[in-house]
Amino acid sequence: MKVLVAVKRVVDYNVKVRVKSDNSAVDTANVKMSMNPFDEIAIEEAVRLREKGIATEIVAVSCGVAQCQETLRTAMAIGADRAILVESSEELQPLAVAKLLKALLDKEQPGLVILGKQAIDDDCNQTGQMLAALADLPQVTCASKIEVEAGASTGAGNKATITREIDGGLETLQVTLPAVMTADLRLNEPRYVTLPNIMKAKKKPLEVLKPEDLGVNVAPRIKTLKVTEPPKRSAGIKVPDVATLVAKLKTEAKVI
Amino acid sequence: MTTLVIAEHDNATLRPATLNTVTAAAQCGGDVHVLVAGHNAGAAAAAAAQINGVAKVLHVEAETLAHGIAENVTAQVVALAANYSHILFAATASGKNIAPRVAAKLDVAQVSDITKVISADTFERPIYAGNAMATVQALDAIKVITVRATNFDAAAQGGQAPVAIDSVAPVANSAATTYVGSEIAKNDRPELTAAKIIVSGGRALGSQEQFNAIMTPLADKLGAAIGASRAAVDAGYAPNDWQVGQTGKIVAPQLYIAAGISGAIQHLAGMKDSKVIVAINKDPEAPIFSVADYGLEADLFVAVPELTAAL
Repeated sequence: MKVLVAVKRVVDYNVKVRVKSDNSAVDTANVKMSMNPFDEIAIEEAVRLREKGIATEIVAVSCGVAQCQETLRTAMAIGADRAILVESSEELQPLAVAKLLKALLDKEQPGLVILGKQAIDDDCNQTGQMLAALADLPQVTCASKIEVEAGASTGAGNKATITREIDGGLETLQVTLPAVMTADLRLNEPRYVTLPNIMKAKKKPLEVLKPEDLGVNVAPRIKTLKVTEPPKRSAGIKVPDVATLVAKLKTEAKVI
Repeated sequence: MTTLVIAEHDNATLRPATLNTVTAAAQCGGDVHVLVAGHNAGAAAAAAAQINGVAKVLHVEAETLAHGIAENVTAQVVALAANYSHILFAATASGKNIAPRVAAKLDVAQVSDITKVISADTFERPIYAGNAMATVQALDAIKVITVRATNFDAAAQGGQAPVAIDSVAPVANSAATTYVGSEIAKNDRPELTAAKIIVSGGRALGSQEQFNAIMTPLADKLGAAIGASRAAVDAGYAPNDWQVGQTGKIVAPQLYIAAGISGAIQHLAGMKDSKVIVAINKDPEAPIFSVADYGLEADLFVAVPELTAAL
């Protein structure tokens, strides 16, 4: 079956972000950008499904600026077979991205769609669920394990048993494919990208579309009025020993 | 203008985050209704009817609603949505799972994890793991929102006579998703997101055995919940659902004691709203000290048992 994986280009997780001085946004100029870490896990899982003989083709998709091509090349270096960029310089919010992905789902007819559970820039945790809603497909978010039964070669009608992380523990659901799954941290540990695979990825097909080609209106529905630094928490004091700590907690902070 | 709060419950009792969500709902203006969708959930509906500030409870009974399957709860909420200006969920595993599905079905945007209600359509929310705060205006007619429980007080219960509970007919549900089972850790400790005191351990604990041997007695002594850093969870010292941080639990207890946690920004994002933070770490340069009210530079294997004994 075909597996479609969505990937997002975000500020690298090691970068300490700064708010622009006019409070309009976070400064992303001249900042290292990378694939959203949860999306890397999503791609890795698709590749593992192919290695198990379940997935036959992996299509990586990204929606955003032209530089997302780099992110898609990384996805293909991990193992995606081909890529689609829906190019737009507009701000693309989760609902817009979900609509773009839904249009691609209609064209590509994958058996499984995997996304990261959230992007580490806007921290929304929405796109997978929205895509599942628009396509009227079952959804399993925050997945930590997936088992897919063999069956129809397109995947349609096959069952997948997926374990997800919930508050207090784990939950297991069974869904009939096609379905949408979002990857949590512990689904797998993505492989390192090797130089030969980077070279190979450069030759893989990458199609570029525009939102208009898919008939999707991507106008934002949420307006950002301002972005500010969070209130700073100032460092307190160092205490010399446990006895002083206990005394401070009892008499000064009064929390025990 | 009326707000619908989707109650989080296990059919018998309400999860505490529902109370904080009701407070956020009241701040949106207008009446607050609470939807309890479940199976044999009469007790949860009765509890919802006693939350102060709630005008009405809607109660839907169906076997397919027993486990809060997103597809099924969504169908129920969407059927009621036309009557509401705001639909609020707690930003818990369950709320985050369902709210975006509801929003997309209604063709509206969703606002995630709000920390402040500024006006009926304007909210504050953290982005970049809390390293920036965005003030956003939702332009759609219906606002679908998840609420960060730790930033709103819990609504009181029982201060008013219980309000009416309206029975609502269940709508048809999806057959494509079935519940197989769950493994929920059983313990008598308070829930992490609702605990007054949290003791949290990091990778410096070195093993699962040492994590338990050092942290558990301190938690017992304080009646505290136990948390962990991502590094400790990834190393297998502590279970997944103990993880505090950007991608784990967001907590804001009265007292947070971090032992052997260096303080990566992703961890700080999950606990920096705690009232008092204590850091015990032998590395004087550990970033955790920059947010700690009381820092103790010491070997946790000596200091934590000493602290336990001194309490």
